[in-house]
Amino acid sequence: MAVLIYLENWEGKFKKLSFELVSYASKIAEMIGSESLALTIGKVDKQELEKLAVQGADKVIHIENEKLNTLDDQAYTSLVADVARKYNATVLVLSNNNSGKALAPRLSVQLKAGLVSGVSKLPVSVSPFVVYKKVYSGKAYANVRIKTDIKILTLAQNSFEIIHNPKPFVVEHLNIAPNDNLLNTKVKDVQKLTGKVLLTDADIVVSGGRGMKSPDNWGPLVELADLLRAATACSRPVSDEGWRPHEEHTGQTGKIIAPNLYFAIGISGATQHLAGISSSKIIVAVNSDKDAPIFEAAQYGIVGDALKVLPKLVDAVKELKLK
Amino acid sequence: MRILVCMSNVPDTTTKVKFVDDFKRLDNSGIQWVLNPWDELALTRALELKDDPASGVQSVTVAHVGLAGSEPTIRKALAIGADDAIRINADAPDAYVAAAQLAEAIRNENFDMIFCGIESSDYNGSTVGGMLAEFLGCASVTCVSNVKMDAGEAVITRELGGSKEVVSIAFPFVAIVQKGIANEPRIAAMRGIMTARTKPIKVVEPQSFDSLTEVINYEMPKPRAACKFLEAENAAELISLLHNQDKVF
Ligand SMILES: Cc1cc2nc3c(=O)[nH]c(=O)nc-3n(C[C@H](O)[C@H](O)[C@H](O)COP(=O)(O)OP(=O)(O)OC[C@H]3O[C@@H](n4cnc5c(N)ncnc54)[C@H](O)[C@@H]3O)c2cc1C
Ligand SMILES: Nc1ncnc2c1ncn2[C@@H]1O[C@H](COP(=O)(O)O)[C@@H](O)[C@H]1O
Repeated sequence: MAVLIYLENWEGKFKKLSFELVSYASKIAEMIGSESLALTIGKVDKQELEKLAVQGADKVIHIENEKLNTLDDQAYTSLVADVARKYNATVLVLSNNNSGKALAPRLSVQLKAGLVSGVSKLPVSVSPFVVYKKVYSGKAYANVRIKTDIKILTLAQNSFEIIHNPKPFVVEHLNIAPNDNLLNTKVKDVQKLTGKVLLTDADIVVSGGRGMKSPDNWGPLVELADLLRAATACSRPVSDEGWRPHEEHTGQTGKIIAPNLYFAIGISGATQHLAGISSSKIIVAVNSDKDAPIFEAAQYGIVGDALKVLPKLVDAVKELKLK
Repeated sequence: MRILVCMSNVPDTTTKVKFVDDFKRLDNSGIQWVLNPWDELALTRALELKDDPASGVQSVTVAHVGLAGSEPTIRKALAIGADDAIRINADAPDAYVAAAQLAEAIRNENFDMIFCGIESSDYNGSTVGGMLAEFLGCASVTCVSNVKMDAGEAVITRELGGSKEVVSIAFPFVAIVQKGIANEPRIAAMRGIMTARTKPIKVVEPQSFDSLTEVINYEMPKPRAACKFLEAENAAELISLLHNQDKVF
């Protein structure tokens, strides 16, 4: 028996969400009395692999092969499934991001294992195996029982605290090549998004809506974000108007995020917007209309003109930093 | 070249969700059912491809697993411009069964490209598309923000955390599409609404599959504490609360 964790790496590096995943899976391993195995595919050096043991992985499994330089849903699935079978994994845990969305559903079919995606807590119970997940875009939650012997979960980002739980570093390097018939994805071009805090990775997000009035008013919002090392975001009309890049749009039809802190500046708080941000731990709203629906979702609110309030927030953060 | 768009029928996002039977079942009364927004965009992109003769796309079919009650949503997809539809006459208890039914119904239909949405706005699963690809044993690409045809080759843009990749992929494949795939959903024109009535919906009887998961019950989110209002003049107090009390930075 084992809990198998599939960990994506970004040019050989792990991120905060990787360590959340290891912490989460190692807790489940404790709950079911088994060991946790952290699997990653691609070129990753020893120092980076060791970090997985520090976060609680009993064993690290590292697959490296030149044919596996880019994510191929089918080829990667077959390798992860092989490892799951080899180690008799009864629980597989992946991240609910692009890699988990690519692999978990396919693994579910290949291993005939029930999948619940986007879980945000430890299982409610392990026998029966019941997990808790957000449904209806945050308007409700469901307790879902997985009926099969093998269970697959994908963990919502930023929903589990990293636990420091060092284990001795045990690693197994496998050089297995995927079956050529399964390699169907060929990379033609890669565009890196660099130099910015990525919206989906950010702990703090500063977001602006139509209440910002014009694309020329974004200066203090970006300044606040920079000071807090936050990502910037926006509502859909703002990106539709071309005031801000499309990558920044959050909501039902944009990015779905769950930062620790979300500033909604001049955003009304429409259901479709909330669908993308309602899992934020703390929402701060600045809006000139005291009845704006965003205040129903927010912990803190300032009723006022965004363009006057923003510089005050900027000054307050600068002052705090001086202390 | 034939495209299939898988579509789910979901409560409109602005619907207030309520549950009945001791929180075991969604209260269907008063729900406005709509075509899942991502599927609407997937359909729009499929039709844009078909509009371009150079793409080689000849037809766009929609498929749905659901009971007769979802026919108005299927008709809407036909009115927007899909050529025909397949409805698998079953209420899918989970994503696994939905994908299994879809796979059985289309296995011999030889679609070249299958589009699924990144998630249904009801169960927020992000799972049916990948499962369908695995059942069919074909390739899949996830987090797709663009699909183009270039001299007979499918060229796809996918969004990975931190980078965008342009990839080519062998036919047939499932593309699981997200933001960017189309700008605005195409709207049904009057002529489309008229012709939709006569377009064929093939009804397929389901196979028997066991579900792998089951919802035991639903819960409503815990009510959030009332918003604490501060004066604009007290921005410093807010920042200090966030720093000292909530410790978010
Ligand atoms: C199918 C569908 C999907 C959608 N998906 C999304 C989505 O993913 N994301 C999204 O954001 N929207 C989405 N929408 C749109 C959504 O319904 C709202 O229209 C949108 O979120 C509103 O954006 P907003 O709050 O910036 O603008 P508005 O609704 O115009 O609100 C502006 C707010 O700013 C306030 N304001 C005005 N002046 C000031 C000032 N000087 N200082 C401070 N505050 C001020 C106003 O009181 C108001 O509350 C979707 C809609 C549909 C139909
Ligand atoms: N009942 C269904 N019938 C057909 N396609 C579906 C069904 N449910 C989900 N899909 C497809 O799978 C995508 C993802 O849905 P889900 O995995 O439920 O989040 C949707 O956008 C549809 O393309």
